[in-house]
Amino acid sequence: MAVNKIWVIVDRQGEKIAPLSLELLTKARSLGGTVEGVTWGDADAIAADVGKYGATTLFNVGDLAGGLPGPPVAAALAAAISSSGAPDAILVPHNYDGRDIAARLSVKIDRPVLTNVVGLEETEGSLVTEHAIFGGAEVLKARFTGEGPAIFVVRTKSFAAEEGDGGPAAVTPWEIPDLGATGGAKITDRHVEESEGPKLDEAPVVVSGGRGLGQADKYSMIEDLAKLLKGAAGASRAIVDAGWVPYSHQVGQTGKTVKPTVYIAAGISGATQHMVGMKGSKNIVAINKDQEAPIFSIADLGIVGDVHKVLPKLIEALQGRS
Amino acid sequence: MNVVVCVKQIPDPANPGKLTSDTHTIVRDGKLILDDSDAYGVEMALQLADAAGGGEVTLVSMAPHGETSGLRTALAMGAAKAILISDDELAGSDALSTAKVLAAAIRRAEPDLVIAATESTDGYTGTTPVQVAEVLGWPSVSFVKKVAVADGVVKADRQTETGYDSVEVPLPALVSVTAGVVEPRYPSFKGIMAAKGKPVEELRIGDLGLDASQVGAAGARQQVVSVEPAEARKAGEIAVDDGDGHEKIVAFLEQLKVI
Ligand SMILES: Cc1cc2nc3c(=O)[nH]c(=O)nc-3n(C[C@H](O)[C@H](O)[C@H](O)COP(=O)(O)OP(=O)(O)OC[C@H]3O[C@@H](n4cnc5c(N)ncnc54)[C@H](O)[C@@H]3O)c2cc1C
Ligand SMILES: Cc1cc2nc3c(=O)[nH]c(=O)nc-3n(C[C@H](O)[C@H](O)[C@H](O)COP(=O)(O)OP(=O)(O)OC[C@H]3O[C@@H](n4cnc5c(N)ncnc54)[C@H](O)[C@@H]3O)c2cc1C
Repeated sequence: MAVNKIWVIVDRQGEKIAPLSLELLTKARSLGGTVEGVTWGDADAIAADVGKYGATTLFNVGDLAGGLPGPPVAAALAAAISSSGAPDAILVPHNYDGRDIAARLSVKIDRPVLTNVVGLEETEGSLVTEHAIFGGAEVLKARFTGEGPAIFVVRTKSFAAEEGDGGPAAVTPWEIPDLGATGGAKITDRHVEESEGPKLDEAPVVVSGGRGLGQADKYSMIEDLAKLLKGAAGASRAIVDAGWVPYSHQVGQTGKTVKPTVYIAAGISGATQHMVGMKGSKNIVAINKDQEAPIFSIADLGIVGDVHKVLPKLIEALQGRS
Repeated sequence: MNVVVCVKQIPDPANPGKLTSDTHTIVRDGKLILDDSDAYGVEMALQLADAAGGGEVTLVSMAPHGETSGLRTALAMGAAKAILISDDELAGSDALSTAKVLAAAIRRAEPDLVIAATESTDGYTGTTPVQVAEVLGWPSVSFVKKVAVADGVVKADRQTETGYDSVEVPLPALVSVTAGVVEPRYPSFKGIMAAKGKPVEELRIGDLGLDASQVGAAGARQQVVSVEPAEARKAGEIAVDDGDGHEKIVAFLEQLKVI
């Protein structure tokens, strides 16, 4: 089986295409065959970019009337599959809406989903996925047996996003079938938390803090340092759960995957679930007072010391330079 | 209001995980415990039932070998009863099969609301809850960090990339909750004693009208190709801070031309 056709779910971040969807379009293009996008909302605004990254057609589910994307997008996908056939694979971003879409679609067409995908290659005629398991200590490869389409939910930063030279994708509307009760959830209000500087998963430098900071207000040291390095501020789950910082800052298995040039971990022990989200960083600096902290096993530079001493001096030294 | 909480019983995450060498599934030989992620759902359900002025919290779990240790923990927290689906045919189930089984068991409990965690600690596919909702033909809200129910409507705050959305959904519905939605209570001694006498209904797939070709390894249409150790990252220079730790970091950043 060569890959004939792949569909990619095109999600947005603000007005733009979500970086993860660009990564998926790039990957789909590299596997050969036809690439088609599936989106909702204002498709015309992104058709040129979707085309540049390799899709010839952009199917548009249209206005969701305040509903969550999961049910309508899954229902439209299932309807298209039953009327005009299935692609070999559907690449879905591993994010809030992507997981909903994949889950609902899988039930509708009775096909399983492979999630937490971090690699995808064609081997001997079938698509083989990679998954980082046990905190990234082992790599598991898997593939679908049985009939397609194969539904893959792919994590951020698994592939690089690269523009190609395709023209604008042709926007083709898709009807939303009757959703019955499943379409009952409506968004009544959106709350956007302000954040300055580069996004966590795009920043060249990420400075993350953990429970070793001791108390919530000490997180300002992390923010100050991130700002001085023109980077983004991250966090371990321990301090997200403690309510010190919003979830959007969380790095790790249940948070974001980051691969910056430099990752600085301050007061973070290095639990496997944290490391799986940052061990792809090019360089890792760790500050921890416990010489035995697991984070040191993957650090390029480890400072055994107190964050309350090291960070203020580091901030001062950097302030002196700018 | 009657609430079902899906609770997964898992190998203790404190012990390093292992896959079997033949089927590449997680080794589940020892005692299984309540997944921490589900303790939040149990607590949330107890609070919601309380706030509604009545109703029962029923646990639904699919686990091998008639395992009930994790269920007893959740019963000790205050849930009224449990349904356990345990069947050798279920070994090797993928998330879709799991969802079919859970949904069939949930139907028997006729709940108004189903709560699950956004993802489990061991398998963490994170698709099971919404697959359950789709099998039931229900609406769902995933990634919920706050939830209240009034007049047959769930009001939930759903995590987004940049903040959160306020979402409303009529019952019956399913929500998947994130860690930290509420502080799970510790079972009291009284709770632990009471839990021992609470009903746990144990079912096999036949009792749910499912057959082995739909679920378990037979129903799973995915295959593990290989499992190999990941490329290890090596530790670099480790230095004890003698008041000069920050200088080492500055020098390192300079060398990388980050500053
Ligand atoms: C299903 C599941 C998913 C998870 N997902 C994630 C995830 O996505 N991301 C994540 O981060 N975690 C995740 N976790 C949690 C993870 O297992 C750890 O609990 C968490 O990462 C620990 O955070 P921490 O390193 O900040 O805290 P701790 O483990 O408490 O570590 C604090 C560290 O700070 C050091 N320290 C203390 N004081 C100082 C000081 N003054 N100066 C310097 N160092 C100091 C200590 O030596 C220690 O090493 C998950 C867990 C589960 C079960
Ligand atoms: C490393 C690894 C990778 C895997 N990858 C995949 C994959 O890509 N695709 C796939 O289909 N399967 C996969 N599986 C198998 C999958 O984990 C099992 O099918 C499992 O039964 C359901 O998934 P989960 O634990 O991942 O559920 P999740 O969807 O992560 O669970 C979310 C919540 O649903 C509820 N829930 C889930 N399972 C149960 C249960 N048994 N009883 C009660 N409540 C439950 C709990 O509230 C749980 O917190 C994988 C397993 C492993 C070990």
